[in-house]
Amino acid sequence: MHLDSKSPSGPIEKRWDDSKFSNKLVNPANKRKYSVIVVGTGLAGGSAAATLAELGYNVKCFCFQDSPRRAHSIAAQGGINAAKNYQNDGDSIYRLFYDTVKGGDFRARESNVYRLAQISVSIIDQCVAQGVPFAREYGGTLANRSFGGAQVSRTFYARGQTGQQLLIGAYSALSRQIGAGRVEMFPRTEMLDLIVIDGKARGIVTRNLTSGRTEIHLADAVVLGTGGYGNVFYLSTNAKGSNATAIWRAHKRGALFANPCFTQIHPTCIPVSGDYQSKLTLMSESLRNDGRIWVPLKPGEKRSPNDIPESERDYYLERRYPSFGNLVPRDVASRNAKNCCDEGRGIGETGLGVYLDFADAIKRLGKNLVRERYGNLFEMYERITGEDPYTVPMRIYPAIHYTMGGLWVDYQLQSTIPGLFVIGEANFSDHGANRLGASALMQGLADGYFILPYTLGNYLANTKLENVAADHPAAKQALDGVDVLTKKLLSVNGKRTVDSFHRELGKIIWDYCGMARTAEGLRTALKRLPELRQEFWTNVKVAGENEELNQSLEKAGRVADFLELGELMCHDALDRNESCGGHFREEYQTSEGEALRDDANFSYVAAWEWKGEGVAQALWKEPLDFEYVHPSQRSYK
Amino acid sequence: MATTTVSLQRTARFYDSTIGKKAVMAITGLMLFGFVLIHLLGNLQLFLPLDASGRYPIDIYAEKLQHLGGLLWIARGILLGAVILHIWSSISLARTQMKARPTGYSKKDNAHSSYASRTMWISGPIIACFLIYHLLHFTGGQVHPDFQPGNVYHNVVRGFQQWPAALFYIVGMLLLGGHLEHGFWSLFQSLGVSHPRYTPILKMGAKAFATLIVVGNISMPVSVLLGIVK
Amino acid sequence: MQLTLHIWRQKSAGARGKMATYQVDANEHMSFLEMLDVLNEQLISSGQDPVAFDHDCREGICGSCGFMINGIAHGPQRGTTVCQLHMRHFKAGDELWLEPWRASAFPVVKDLVVNRSAFDRIIQAGGFITAPTGNAVDGNTIPVAKKYADRSMDAAACIGCGACVAACPNASASLFTGAKISHLGLLPQGQPERMERALNMVGQTQEEGFGNCGNIGECEAVCPKSIRLEVIAGMNLDYLKASVVWRPAGEESGAG
Repeated sequence: MHLDSKSPSGPIEKRWDDSKFSNKLVNPANKRKYSVIVVGTGLAGGSAAATLAELGYNVKCFCFQDSPRRAHSIAAQGGINAAKNYQNDGDSIYRLFYDTVKGGDFRARESNVYRLAQISVSIIDQCVAQGVPFAREYGGTLANRSFGGAQVSRTFYARGQTGQQLLIGAYSALSRQIGAGRVEMFPRTEMLDLIVIDGKARGIVTRNLTSGRTEIHLADAVVLGTGGYGNVFYLSTNAKGSNATAIWRAHKRGALFANPCFTQIHPTCIPVSGDYQSKLTLMSESLRNDGRIWVPLKPGEKRSPNDIPESERDYYLERRYPSFGNLVPRDVASRNAKNCCDEGRGIGETGLGVYLDFADAIKRLGKNLVRERYGNLFEMYERITGEDPYTVPMRIYPAIHYTMGGLWVDYQLQSTIPGLFVIGEANFSDHGANRLGASALMQGLADGYFILPYTLGNYLANTKLENVAADHPAAKQALDGVDVLTKKLLSVNGKRTVDSFHRELGKIIWDYCGMARTAEGLRTALKRLPELRQEFWTNVKVAGENEELNQSLEKAGRVADFLELGELMCHDALDRNESCGGHFREEYQTSEGEALRDDANFSYVAAWEWKGEGVAQALWKEPLDFEYVHPSQRSYK
Repeated sequence: MATTTVSLQRTARFYDSTIGKKAVMAITGLMLFGFVLIHLLGNLQLFLPLDASGRYPIDIYAEKLQHLGGLLWIARGILLGAVILHIWSSISLARTQMKARPTGYSKKDNAHSSYASRTMWISGPIIACFLIYHLLHFTGGQVHPDFQPGNVYHNVVRGFQQWPAALFYIVGMLLLGGHLEHGFWSLFQSLGVSHPRYTPILKMGAKAFATLIVVGNISMPVSVLLGIVK
Repeated sequence: MQLTLHIWRQKSAGARGKMATYQVDANEHMSFLEMLDVLNEQLISSGQDPVAFDHDCREGICGSCGFMINGIAHGPQRGTTVCQLHMRHFKAGDELWLEPWRASAFPVVKDLVVNRSAFDRIIQAGGFITAPTGNAVDGNTIPVAKKYADRSMDAAACIGCGACVAACPNASASLFTGAKISHLGLLPQGQPERMERALNMVGQTQEEGFGNCGNIGECEAVCPKSIRLEVIAGMNLDYLKASVVWRPAGEESGAG
């Protein structure tokens, strides 16, 4: 298979404009003749559904939550980047592009990243127009803060709830279209298969989560904005319901899965406290603006943090990376925290944690200003841990947070299945091997508001689509497949709960395909995962029945997919014999312990093709060219 | 456009909206406040001694009111209208409330709210009963043991010398106090007036005002019972 | 710590429900929902139906979770959703009653899960600013005084969980609707549609069968985002203005 990225050539700053101009358009009167399915209502899906409906397409929109407003984009805290240069600190579209390509450790497509940086500017304008209450200066202008991986202040924010406010913006635009009858909304409905007819994506099979009824929905194109697969790890900062089922089942229908091993570990999460733990809670990266990260100098320190004198503290990020200090990118910060804990200098009962200290910030800025900036985060921390971060340093530890990998898409955001578009975290596109903070919101909204609406039109205008009906054999076959799978899950009736399998899967992936990976560990994982999968299908216990709200059954289907996806992640990690960004192979590091890329052999996107149950997936490579930002050893010193 | 039609269908009209009804309750409530205050000031003349002509000031005051003739009836009409609107709105809202939660909780606790605010629905009807009794007692005299038209001082003193009647007044006034306390700041909220600086003052003002009304009104039956006013 | 839980069990929307009693062993570091996870693992292992409850982000922002704990929406800790409520606020031997939100506009779906799509329809009626993609001016063209941006954000923090309705003796959604009306009404971008928004959203709220506001304040007390009662006053004022003095577009031109 030849992976054609459809990346335009020519000067990078003109590529998106040229591409938009060369795209075919759908006549306004004809748009209402087309129907589009959008799965997922986060920043990407919600904004896409709203914008497509504004353009005149008939949109059917699906989410598994009880309301489109609950998609997990809502939990993003820190902010959204845009190259506005409002702070007059030397920012530009080119700089955002440069920072993102470099931050991604040179594993992203330049054309895509440049387009993202260009569009970032319009996103802020769009969101302001919608009534997103961004933070303001006293003069009424938009405020900015700085964020990891950048030396300019380009992050726009709404307290610590930026994701929530942006999502409510997209949700309100979507709601306007639902109210106007241009979007038909299906909440509590989960996509369980993709319908491919004549090689084109023409619909989906869904299950109504309240009644258990499975249904066929047909359309002229399908858009997946279903988020990432971080929940493979069981413990992650994702929502409990976040899942990979939509993209995984599309993968099984022929969409290639790119860079599955590129997962991001976020450095500032609240540490695990016990076995019952159901999820990890992120503390916004913005905290690193004013908080200082440290561990005790000597291993096995037992004193409480406030009793440890300055001279016996190691502010290891400031020491090792004097120019970026506490604001190094996420992968670097996470790995350093892990190293400190491996040296026995970790803090807290488990020894898996480092301090994030605000004592200096409070001295410098005063408690009130610190409260104004981070008050809600401090409250959240206190609610969870019972400790007051105004007086005792926060304890933090890295946790899985975001997945850069996802379904492979070309410059038009189209997967390898014509008519199947993938947007937001669900695709692999813009972040390479590591995503910079405040860039996920940017990408989701760029895809949904400003890219997909053009590229989807181009597809529809260029494609001859036959009329299909729900009794088409391919549709029937997909529907039957879903029903069979449900019956199978309910009929195993074994001894172990779905959660227990999920926890075990997560532990394996975290241990062997987490912050640091080795060929040996990955091989161990690849031996254990098929065994676990087999046990799942012979010993899982799913409570209840299909014809009701059955949360146990929902989870079972998702975990079955995670079991397969986890295995692909390990294959990909084993295959990529280099370290880059979030993918750190211990065999490949510099003498200073930094990631050591191998550009000669691995400057490509790894895209995997499903070959059937129990058969090794085929690897296809999309070579990456760097015309503008020349690969160099990333240095944040 | 299609959206406009949809919007207009959704649009609630003032009279059938609950906010409209609350506004009616707020405005009529405000009128009744004024009445209660003036009524109290008039009645407190009970404590004034006989004047030079040997008459009680309260009797003279009553006579003056009677002489207003048509104006008195207009005022009475307005007050009656306010009472009816106030009650009618509250009944209509109560019906909405009952429909809004047909099944209650098997266990319910209150996180914050005042007793008075939660008991408006019961203090209201009791005050309405009290009002009817009060009219039959002192205005019409039908339930008064020794009613003499125009002889207010005598009627009050005789009326309150019966302790059950006096007690009912005292209870009625306490309920009215709670009703007024919540009603006073609540009416501003219903009319859209809320300000972090002034709302706390309004709430304190409501307490002070309610206390004034309760203490002032209760002082009369208590004084009669204690024999201070005879 | 050993706890006794009385939980509302109802198989489906149409079925009759009842309270059922369970014993569970919790640990003080668990969140309330993790305690229910433990109970559910026990129930599944013993062949019983687990307790259904809505939850998703478990960090207090998605608004999925919520039920009554001993008669208080989201339980005893102020400004906290049940997912962020930790067991350290309870003690061994406690007896807890868990019930779903009760309102005719929030029909029970199963156990502690209710259908809150009425909230979505209220937003669809007018909880937006009409700003189609692509026609926005530069963000800094519209200055917003910090105090208004801050107050707008206070109201916009609403997570749509429904606790306000559940706690209100009248099952009123005024705090929810008022929060959205205030969020948009405090911003210059929200002015053009402000009056229509008030009419349409208030109208829809009523159509959904929520009760009226009695200015009681239970909603404010249980709101996990501490949204203040003044948003309701703001809604009332907008609504009164809109319904008494405001002239809609058609009327304006027809008035002659």
